Amino acid sequence: MDAFNFTRATTLDQAVQSAAQSPTAHSGATVRFVAGGTNLIDMMKIYVERPSQLVDINDLPLDKITPTPNGGLVLGALARNSDVANHPTVLRDYPVLSQALLSGASPQLRNMATTGGNLLQRTRCVYFRDTAHACNKREPGTGCSAIGGHNRMLAILGTSPDCIATNPSDQNVALTALEATIQIQGPKGQRSVPIHDFYLLPGTTPNRDTILEPGDLITSVTLPPPTPGSKSLYLKLRDRAAYEFALASAAVVLTLDHGKIHTARVALGGVGTKPWRSLEAEHILQGRSADPATFRLAAEAALKNAHPQSENAFKVELSKRCLVRALTTATRNA
Amino acid sequence: MDFSEFIDFIQTGAPVPPTNPAAPEPSSVIGAALPRIDGPLKTTGSARYASDYNFPRMAYAVPVCATIASGKISSLDTSAADKMPGVLLVLHHGNIGPLFRNASGGRNSENRPPFEDETIYYWGQYVAVAIAETFQQAQAAAAAVRVQYTPDKFNVATSLDDSIPAIGAPGGPRIASHRGDPDAAFHAAPIQIDQTYATPAETHNPMEMHATVAVWDNGKYTLYETSQGVVNHQLVMAQVLGIPKENVEIISRFIGSGFGGKLFPWPHSALAAVAARQLNRPVKLTVSRKMMFSNVGHRPRTQQRIRLGATPDGKLLSLQQDYRNHTSITDDIRENCGEATPFLYSTANLQVTSALVRRNVGTPTPMRGPGAVPGLFALESAIDELAIKLKKDPVQLRLDLDTLIDEEKNKPFSSRHLKECLLVGSEKFGWAKRNPEIGSMRKGDLILGWGVAVASWGAGRGGSEASVLLRADGSARVSSASQDIGTGTYTVVAQILSDKTGIPVNRINVVLGDSSLVAGPMSGGSTATASIIPSVAAAANAAIKVVLASAVRPAASPFFGQDPDTLTMTAGRVHRKDQTPDSGIPFQDILRMANLASANGDGKTGGHGSDTKALDYSMHSFGAQFVEVEWDPGIAKLRVSRVVSVVDGGRIINKRTATNQMAGAVVMGIGMGLLEQTIYDPRNGHPINDNFADYVVPTAADSPDIDVHFLDIPDPLMGEYGARGIGEIGLAGIAPAITAAVYHATGVRVRELPVRIEDLLTSKVQI
Repeated sequence: MDAFNFTRATTLDQAVQSAAQSPTAHSGATVRFVAGGTNLIDMMKIYVERPSQLVDINDLPLDKITPTPNGGLVLGALARNSDVANHPTVLRDYPVLSQALLSGASPQLRNMATTGGNLLQRTRCVYFRDTAHACNKREPGTGCSAIGGHNRMLAILGTSPDCIATNPSDQNVALTALEATIQIQGPKGQRSVPIHDFYLLPGTTPNRDTILEPGDLITSVTLPPPTPGSKSLYLKLRDRAAYEFALASAAVVLTLDHGKIHTARVALGGVGTKPWRSLEAEHILQGRSADPATFRLAAEAALKNAHPQSENAFKVELSKRCLVRALTTATRNA
Repeated sequence: MDFSEFIDFIQTGAPVPPTNPAAPEPSSVIGAALPRIDGPLKTTGSARYASDYNFPRMAYAVPVCATIASGKISSLDTSAADKMPGVLLVLHHGNIGPLFRNASGGRNSENRPPFEDETIYYWGQYVAVAIAETFQQAQAAAAAVRVQYTPDKFNVATSLDDSIPAIGAPGGPRIASHRGDPDAAFHAAPIQIDQTYATPAETHNPMEMHATVAVWDNGKYTLYETSQGVVNHQLVMAQVLGIPKENVEIISRFIGSGFGGKLFPWPHSALAAVAARQLNRPVKLTVSRKMMFSNVGHRPRTQQRIRLGATPDGKLLSLQQDYRNHTSITDDIRENCGEATPFLYSTANLQVTSALVRRNVGTPTPMRGPGAVPGLFALESAIDELAIKLKKDPVQLRLDLDTLIDEEKNKPFSSRHLKECLLVGSEKFGWAKRNPEIGSMRKGDLILGWGVAVASWGAGRGGSEASVLLRADGSARVSSASQDIGTGTYTVVAQILSDKTGIPVNRINVVLGDSSLVAGPMSGGSTATASIIPSVAAAANAAIKVVLASAVRPAASPFFGQDPDTLTMTAGRVHRKDQTPDSGIPFQDILRMANLASANGDGKTGGHGSDTKALDYSMHSFGAQFVEVEWDPGIAKLRVSRVVSVVDGGRIINKRTATNQMAGAVVMGIGMGLLEQTIYDPRNGHPINDNFADYVVPTAADSPDIDVHFLDIPDPLMGEYGARGIGEIGLAGIAPAITAAVYHATGVRVRELPVRIEDLLTSKVQI
C-alpha cells in the first residue's frame, strides 16, 4: 500500500471539493472517498488503487432509509448493506433487494459495506487485481489478459475486445430490476441518474465503470413505489453455498394479471460487464402467460447476444436456467 | 515421500522393546471426549502462534516474488527501495551470503536454498526480500524493487501426457508393485475397466499462514516457526545456515494447522534468519496468502490410468495403476498414488507404475494423505465403475473383494476391519434403501445421489522421547519436542499421563513445540499420537519407579525399608501390590517425605520397525465413507447433504478431537471433490487463482450433516494403547464417494476433479 493522506469530510461540499482535485473518478483516481472500505482498502493493499488522498465520508448524514411521499424509498448512500437488507420496508416492498444483499459477501462485510460503495464495487477479474498482468481497466492501453486466460468467472454480455470483466455486485442487479435512481452531488450541483444509465459498457474505455466525474459523490438511491401485487425474487448460482461471487444470478420483478405477465423487469448478474438489464427478456414476458415455455423464450432472448470466452461458455446455459428458475419461483405463488 | 519412506524417516533412536504388552485396564480418561486442554488459550487469543511473537527492535521482512516462470534475472535494482523510509536492507542473490543445502539428515522442502543462483524455476519464486522498520515500509520497499528478467521456455501444462522413456529406463516409469501377470490377465478378462483419472494441483491453505520470527543472539538463533516437526526443522536449518545444531532452537507452541505443508522448512525461514543475523535484530517474515500458492508447496497434479479385469461375478482378475504426477524443476517429489493399491483388494495379478513429469511450479510437498488420497480417488472410482458394469452393489463388491492377507507383502494385517466399516456405515447411512437406477431417488424437488468409497492409510509409529516430572504439589509436567498442529496432541499426551499416574488432566502441564526438549515425533503421516504416547507412558513408568524407590527411604514413610518391587501406584496413590489403593498414600506425600521437588522419568521408545513382531504384519488403518448429494437439475446445483464416515483407526484416545479431525476431513474432501484446484495460467505460469475468492474452499454453509463413527478396536501391534494415527484416514474416500454419488444422481461420471457445474450441465436427468 502506498502512503496516503487521510481527511474526514464534515460537509458534502467539503467532500465534493476534495475529490474534485482528482484528474479522474475512475482507474487512477488520486482522491477516493472511503465509506465501508471493504473494497477500496483491499485494492490499495494490492496496488490496484493508489490514491494519494482518502476522504472519509462516514460523518456525512447519508445513512438514513426514508420513505418518499409517493410510497417509494430513499436509501442513504451510507446505509449499511445489513441495515438495508433487514429494513422492514425493504423486506415488505422490495424483497429482491434484501435477497440480493444477503446473498453477497459475509455478515461482517455487509455490516461495513454501504449502498453507495456497493454501487461502485469493482470487478473481481484476477488480472485486474494483479499488477503483474496487463489490464485495460486498471492501466488503459496495456491489453486484456483475461481474454484467452482464466476467465471462467467473467462476462459473456456487454464485453469488448478490450475488457470482459464482470460487475460483481448482487445489490446492483436487484437495483437494476427495481429501476432505482441514483442521486449524485457534484461540483456543479445535484443530479439524478437512472441506474440503467449509470454504468458504462467497457468499449474502448474499460477504465471507466460509471458516468461519475471527479468530485461526484453518490448521496442516495431512490426506489420507485412498488407496484401493488408485484412479485420479486433474486436467485444466485455459484460453486459453493456461501461467500462467493455469482456465476449467474437473476433479479426479477413481475406483476401478473390472470395468469398473464402484466409487467416484467429482468436483470442478470455474474454475466454482464455491468448489471445487465434485459429489455429483450422483458419484451418477451410482457403480455404472455406465465409458463415454462414463456420463461425459456425470455431466457433465450436475454442471452441471444452472449459472447462467451474460452472458459465460460457454460454460463450461457447456466444463466438461462437461472432466469427460468427465478421466473418460475417468483410466479409460483402468484 | 510415500508412507514407507516417511516411516523410515521418522525412525529415530535405537530399537527399544515395547513397554507393557498387556493392554491397560479400561480407564475413563482414555477414549474420553475430553475438550482440548489448550482450548481456552486459543479461544481467548492468548495462545501465541509464530507471527504473534514480537520483540524490541524487531524488523519486518517482505519477499519480492518472480513474475516469470522460467528464466534468469537480468537486473535487480534496489536503489529506489533502499532510499525509502524505514528500509534497513534488501537481500538478494548478490548480497545474501552463503546458504547451504542439507545432506546430513533431516528433510528440506526445496533443496535449493533461496537466492542460490539467479535462475527462476517457477512463478512467485523469491528473488529478493526487503527488510524495514515496519511491515508497511517493508511491503512498500518490496514493491519498489525493480527486477528485469530474461525469460526462458516453461511448461505448466495440466495434461501430463508428456512422452517419457519406457518403464525401467532412466526418467521412465518405476514399477512400484508387481505380482502375477497383470497384462495377460487383463486382456483375458471378460469384464474390463480402462479409464484415466486426474486430480488437480491443490494448495494447502491452513488458517495460519507460514511465518518465521528469527532472533539472533550472539551466535545463536531462536526461530519462532509454524512447524509440523521442530526437530527436523532444527536439523535442516542448522545445515542451511551452516551453524551447529545446538545453536538453533525452533519454537512452535501453537500451530493453526498445516495439512502437511508445514512438515519441512521453506525458504522464507532462511531469509528471516539471514536478515536477523545481518541486521543483528529480530526479524519477522509472514508469508502472504498469495505466496501460499507458490512458495510453500502443494499437492501435485496426478493423472492415473486404472485397468481392472474382472469376472462377471465380480472376482478381480487384474489391477493395474499407471500414474504420473508433476514435480518441480528442482526437486523430485513422488506422489505415491499406489499407496493402498497393492493390498486393498484381493487379486492375483497387479502392477503399479509411477512416473514424474516436470513443470515450472514450486516444489510439491505432502498434503493430507499424500498419494493415497489422489490414488484412492482413481482406484475407488474405477471400482465404482466396475460395480455398475457388473450390476452389483458397490458395497457388496467391496465386501467380496476384501482380504485379510496383504497380498503384496504376503503378511496378515495386524488389524483390518474394512468389512465392519462397510457394514456399520451401510447401516448408519441406510444404504439398503438405495435404488441403483440413475436419478431415481427423490427428496422433494431434488434428486438424491448416494455413493460410497473406502480409504486406507499406513499405520506406523516412529521413535520418540518424553520427559515426565511428578511434582510434590501433586501436579505433573510432561515434555517432548513434538508439536500440536491443532489436532489435540497436547490433550492426548495429558490423557496418557493422567491414565498412568491418576493425576487429573487439569493438573498436568504439557510442554511441546520446542526443539530443545527431548526429541519427539513429527506431526505427519498419521503417526504423532501413535509415536508419542508410548514414550510418554514409558517416561511416566520411569517417574513412578522413582516415586516407589523413594517411598521406602524416609523413616516417616509407611513403606520404610520395604522392597520397592512390592509397591505400585494406582490413581496417584502408592500402595502395596497386595493391598488396595485405599491403603496407600498420595505420591506427593511420598515426595514431600523424601524432600524431592519431583520424581523425574525419561521415556524413549522405538518405532514399530524396532518391534520384531510388528515386522510380521501389515499395518494399516481403514475406513468407509458414504456420501449423499442433493441435485437440482433445473439449475445444475449440487451440494453434499450427508456423510457417514466409519473409521478403523485402532483405539481412539480422545473421541472429541478424533471426531473433530474426521469431520474436518469430510469438509476437506468436499473441497477436493467439488471446489479446489490451483490453476496455472499457461501463458505465464502464474497460479492465477492465488487468493481465497478464486481458490474456493468449502464454507460452513457447505458442510453437510456429518456422522463419524469409530470402530475403536485396538491394534495389538501398536503398543500398549493400540492407537493408530487418524490424521489422513478420514479424507481418502470422500472425493470418490462424491463422484460416485454424482453419477448416481446425474448420470455424469467425473474422472477429473473437481466436479464442476460445467460437467453437471451435461446431465440428461430431469425432474
